[in-house]
Amino acid sequence: MNYRWIRLGKRLLGYASLSLLAVWTLLPFGWMVAVSLMPSGAASTYPVPLWPDAPTLAQYTALFAQFHMARYLANSLLLAGSITLGALLLNAMAGYAFAMLHFRGKDALLRLLLMALLIPMHITILPLFLMLRAVGLINTYLGVILPNLASVLGIFLMYQFMRTLPLSLIEAARMDGASEFQIFWRVALPLSRPMLVSVGMLTFLGSWNDFLWPLVVLTQHTHYTLPVALANLAGEHIQDIELMMAGSVVTLMPVLLLFLVLQRFYIPVLFRSGLAG
Amino acid sequence: MKGPIAWAEVQAAAWFLTPALTVVLLFLFLPAFAAWILSLTDFDLYTFAEPTTLRWVGLRNYLALLQDGRFWHALQNTLIFVGLGGLLTLSLALAAALGIHQRFVRWKAFWRTVYFAPVVTSLVAVAIVWRYILHARYGLANRVFAGLGLPPIDWLGDPQVALPSLILMAVWKNYGYDLLIFLAALQAIPEELYDAARMDGAGVWQQFRYVTLPALRPMMALAGLITANGYLQVFAEPYVMTQGGPLDATLTLVLLLYEQGFRWWRLGYAAALAFVLFVLMLGVSWMLWRIQRRP
Repeated sequence: MNYRWIRLGKRLLGYASLSLLAVWTLLPFGWMVAVSLMPSGAASTYPVPLWPDAPTLAQYTALFAQFHMARYLANSLLLAGSITLGALLLNAMAGYAFAMLHFRGKDALLRLLLMALLIPMHITILPLFLMLRAVGLINTYLGVILPNLASVLGIFLMYQFMRTLPLSLIEAARMDGASEFQIFWRVALPLSRPMLVSVGMLTFLGSWNDFLWPLVVLTQHTHYTLPVALANLAGEHIQDIELMMAGSVVTLMPVLLLFLVLQRFYIPVLFRSGLAG
Repeated sequence: MKGPIAWAEVQAAAWFLTPALTVVLLFLFLPAFAAWILSLTDFDLYTFAEPTTLRWVGLRNYLALLQDGRFWHALQNTLIFVGLGGLLTLSLALAAALGIHQRFVRWKAFWRTVYFAPVVTSLVAVAIVWRYILHARYGLANRVFAGLGLPPIDWLGDPQVALPSLILMAVWKNYGYDLLIFLAALQAIPEELYDAARMDGAGVWQQFRYVTLPALRPMMALAGLITANGYLQVFAEPYVMTQGGPLDATLTLVLLLYEQGFRWWRLGYAAALAFVLFVLMLGVSWMLWRIQRRP
C-alpha cells in the first residue's frame, strides 16, 4: 500500500518537472505568437496582456506592405535554397571520390580536411571580407553563397555514408561501361537519399539562421536575409513590440515546421555535426 | 590492364574533388592563413583609401590587445559565459535527459521534440523575443515575478544582471542539444550494469554515482566541448539584446571583434583578437578532449 503511494508520487513529480520544463521552453514561442496578433501599442500597457483581446493580422500586413518582408523572405529562401542545393552536389561529389575511388594521398587529404573542422568562422571573416571586396562581391547574393558552397562536415557525412554502399553495384555499373559521373549520378546519389536529406536539412537550417557572415557581407537592405533584416528592424523599431514579434514569427515558423516534419532525418546527424561547432 | 584503369580513376577523383576542395581551400584555409598575416599589419580605415600606407607591425597588435581594458573585460565576460553558461546548460540537459529516461515516462519522443525546438530556431529572432520577455516594464518575466509577489528586475539594464540574463537565454536556446547527446548515451548503458549494482546493494544515488555518471563521462566531455566552443563565440545575443551594454557588461570577444573590424575598420587589430580567441578555443577543446580520452 505504502509502496504504491511512493511510486505514484514519484510519477507525479516526474511528470510535473517535465511539464514545467516544457512550459518554460515553449512559453516564449507562445508569447511571441500572442503579442504578434495584438494591435500596435497593446503590449505596452500595464499589466501586460497575455493574450490579444481582439486578434488582428495588422502587424503582418504592415510587415509585408511597409517593411519589405516579402523581399527578405525571398532573399532567405533563395540563399538558403541555392546554398543547400550547391553544397549537396559538391559535398556528395567529394564524398563519392573519397568513398569509391582509389587515388594516392587520400588519407593525407582527409586528415587535412579534418583539421579544417577546427577553423572557426570568426577567424576567416576579416580576410574573406577583403577578398570578396577586391572582386566586387560585397552586397551580392554570390558573396553569401560562395563561401558556403561546400562544407567539410558535409563532405565527411557523405563520405561516411557512401562507404557503406554495396561496392558490387558500383562494379556492376562499371562493367556495363557507365562513366564515373553516370555511376555517381544514377547509382550512388539515389542510394544516398537518406543522408542527402539529412545533410540538406543541416545545411538549410544553418544558412537560414546564419547571421554573422550575411550581416558583414550584405550591406544594403535590398539583399538582407530575414535575421539581418530583423536585427536591423529591431534597432529602428525598438518600441514596436507587436511588429517585432510578427517579424520573429515569420523568421521562425518556416524552420520550426521543417524541423517538425523532417526531424527523424535531422537528429541522427547532429551528433557528428557538433564536432564542427 | 591495371595501369590505365587506375589512371582513369585518379582522373575521375580529381574531377569529383576539385569543386569542393577549391571552395574549402579558397574560403577556409586561405582566409585563415591570411588572418594571421593581417594580424601582423596595421590595416585600418586609411588602408582602404590608400593601400600603400599598409605597414608591417609585427606583434604590436597583440601587445596593444594586452593593454586594452575592453579586451580584458570582453575576455572576462566571455569566460563567465562559457563557465556559468556551460555548467547550467549541461546540468539542465542532464537532469532533463535523466527525467525522460525514467522507465515510467511515456511519449519520450514528444518531450525530446519540445525541448529541442529552440535549438533549430534563428538566434536573432529568439533574442528579439527574449529582449521583450526581459523588458523591465512590459516583459513577461517581470509579470510572472509580480504574480509571485517578487519585486521587478531590470534584466537587461542592470550591469550586474545583464550578463546572467543573456546566459539564461542561451541556456534556454541550447540545452536541448546536449540533452539529445545525453539521452543517446543513457540508452546505450547496458541494463546488466544496473542489475549488478543492485545485487551489490547499491541505492538509487549510488547507481547514479557509480554506474550512470562514469558511463556518461565521454559524452559529457563531447557535449561540453560543443557547448563551450559555441559560447566562446557568443555574438548575436549581446548584439541584438544589449549591444554589449550596459557599461560593456555584456561585451563579448566576438562582439568586440565585430566592432573593431567592421565598425571602426581596424582589421589588423581585430585579426589579432580573432587569433587570441582561436587559441582559447583550441585550449578548451584540448582540455575537454583529454577528459574524454582519460581511461
